[in-house]
Amino acid sequence: MGSLFTPLSWSDSGLILTGVWNTIIISVLAIVVGTALGLIVGFIRSESNKVVNVLFGSLLDVLRSVPLIIQLILFSTLMGAMGSPLAPFVAGSIVLSLYTMAFMSEVFRGGFESVSPSMQTAARSLGMSNWQTIYHIRLPISLRAVFPSWLGVSLSVIKDSALVSVIGYMELLRTSEQLISRTQQPLEILIGVGIFYFIISYPLSYYGRYVERKMAI
Amino acid sequence: MDYRFHWNVVFQNMPELLSGAFVTLHVSVLAMLLGIVIAILLAIAKMNNTKFFCHVATVWVEIARNTPALFQIYMAYFGLGALGIHLSPYAAVLSALVFINAGYLAETFRGGFQSIPSTQYSASKSLGMTSFQSYWHIILPQMLRRIYHPMTNQLVWSILMSSLGILVGMSELSGTTQRLQSLSFRTLEFFIVAAVMYYILTKLVLFGSSLLSRRLFRGEI
Amino acid sequence: MISVQNVHKSFGDLEVLKGVSLDVNKGEVLSVIGGSGSGKSTLLYCINAIESINKGTILVDDVNVHAKVTNKDKLRQKLGMVFQQWNSFPHMTVLENAALAPRIVKKMSKEEAIEIARKELEHVGLGDKLDVYPTKMSGGQQQRLAIARALAMKPDYMLLDEVTSALDPELVGEVLDTLRLLAEEGMTMICVTHEMGFARDVSDRVAYFHQGVIAEIGEARQVITDPQNPLTQKFLSKVR
Repeated sequence: MGSLFTPLSWSDSGLILTGVWNTIIISVLAIVVGTALGLIVGFIRSESNKVVNVLFGSLLDVLRSVPLIIQLILFSTLMGAMGSPLAPFVAGSIVLSLYTMAFMSEVFRGGFESVSPSMQTAARSLGMSNWQTIYHIRLPISLRAVFPSWLGVSLSVIKDSALVSVIGYMELLRTSEQLISRTQQPLEILIGVGIFYFIISYPLSYYGRYVERKMAI
Repeated sequence: MDYRFHWNVVFQNMPELLSGAFVTLHVSVLAMLLGIVIAILLAIAKMNNTKFFCHVATVWVEIARNTPALFQIYMAYFGLGALGIHLSPYAAVLSALVFINAGYLAETFRGGFQSIPSTQYSASKSLGMTSFQSYWHIILPQMLRRIYHPMTNQLVWSILMSSLGILVGMSELSGTTQRLQSLSFRTLEFFIVAAVMYYILTKLVLFGSSLLSRRLFRGEI
Repeated sequence: MISVQNVHKSFGDLEVLKGVSLDVNKGEVLSVIGGSGSGKSTLLYCINAIESINKGTILVDDVNVHAKVTNKDKLRQKLGMVFQQWNSFPHMTVLENAALAPRIVKKMSKEEAIEIARKELEHVGLGDKLDVYPTKMSGGQQQRLAIARALAMKPDYMLLDEVTSALDPELVGEVLDTLRLLAEEGMTMICVTHEMGFARDVSDRVAYFHQGVIAEIGEARQVITDPQNPLTQKFLSKVR
């Protein structure tokens, strides 16, 4: 038995670092793309009429009502069935970005709608054009207001990125799973993984709550 | 696209999928109920003056909020296994969801409690109510209105996250789907149906929740 | 000159202006009084092209406000407006609040815009608050900021919509003093107000609005102290 499993050693650090890097890269990508798309979609929704809104809304609602893991499996299987299979990183990035967008668009829509119409009237009465009002008044005010929520969504994306492992992406949790099956030392490895996520997530969530409290006063 | 859909095998297996969906609902609701009980204790502990309980509660809440759900499930399934505690897939997913729900809900409860101005309490006392009466008739009903919506969201989240059971071989909706598709190789069909079922499940929960809220909070909100 | 000619305005089935005509000459201060829902604020919104009109004409320096060809953003630079809610921009300092529109609308250089903003802020007595964020100031100070912000655009006219109504009683005085100062300097103003003392002492003429029409208009002291129309008499006896 002893020869079948080899204990954790320093030579594994390269593998672990790759896992860490892959987790970071796919999370950052999804947050950046998801934020950009979410900002656009959120703005369109806050501006548009009921019909467009309901149409957009129900589409985004599907993304928020189906488990991410199912979306990942479905999308990569679908691309394979259509004869153009995607690399796990590509498929994972696309699904995670769209998933992030679905949440971000709600965040930004709420932000845009929190700027009162009378604030816009005040800006227009100074002679600002519609676009100037959006750029100089509505955008900065709503971005400030939604910062804590934006941070919250971003943190959950970092955590949810662990799920991209199901379609074969070698992020941190998948790397550790492989190490566990080789070393049979689940506790040590998992605790290390947990500490990694905690170190990234805790300071940011603490900061988010601090900002939120400061804004409430 | 030259893929041909075959739905027959999916419909033949509908009873199994439905029982998988039932397990999903079942584990989420149970995780919610247990989570609420623990969350109440954690919230009380966090507002308590005894340093020890406060610290324990803080550690629980922060770990639950700042690590992935998948990590919690692996911890419960593989991690505890290394300590000689062998949980079934169902128990592992349940305990992970309870752990996380308790952590999130504890903060929801604490925030809800602190959002009620203390003047509400003084006003009740000035009318001659006892402490218990003030909490029961005045503070708690107001608090419930504020935490109701976040609680509903937490239940929906539990349903979606229980899908991680697929990774430890649990036979909830995702796990069942995974097993059935591997027998028939109709991966796409099975997972499309599973996606639709999750969608319906979350909508049912939201619908039920809004019905209940209309009964509970008559005339308000 | 602002010339309002037979203006009608409806919101859905509700007609709030039923044929209003009045002229305001350069250097004149007109106060508009009346009960809530009498249409007095709506008139200001129509003059500033924030609201459209259904019938009639509004001319500002002979430019038809509601004509399709009129550049409304350009027009609004002439018409400074201050609202009941001060709506200071919370993400900018007091100085930046006042300098923003000169910079982006009038395309002034940053230095120029800041210089003008600083002057107008000193003008309304906020010279010591330039780097403060408006959310840290009282309602009265924020309302004076809103006045300075409008003045920084060097408007020819000021439209003031119940600028003291949302203020605590002890803060009303400082804002009225600022308006009094502007009047003395010869600014042309239309003030929708509930402050009868202000209307009597500061304005040249007073118009009383009743259910969408002007029930009485005349020399300020006469309308307030010796109203001719029974409706005006009734209104004034109630607010006193």
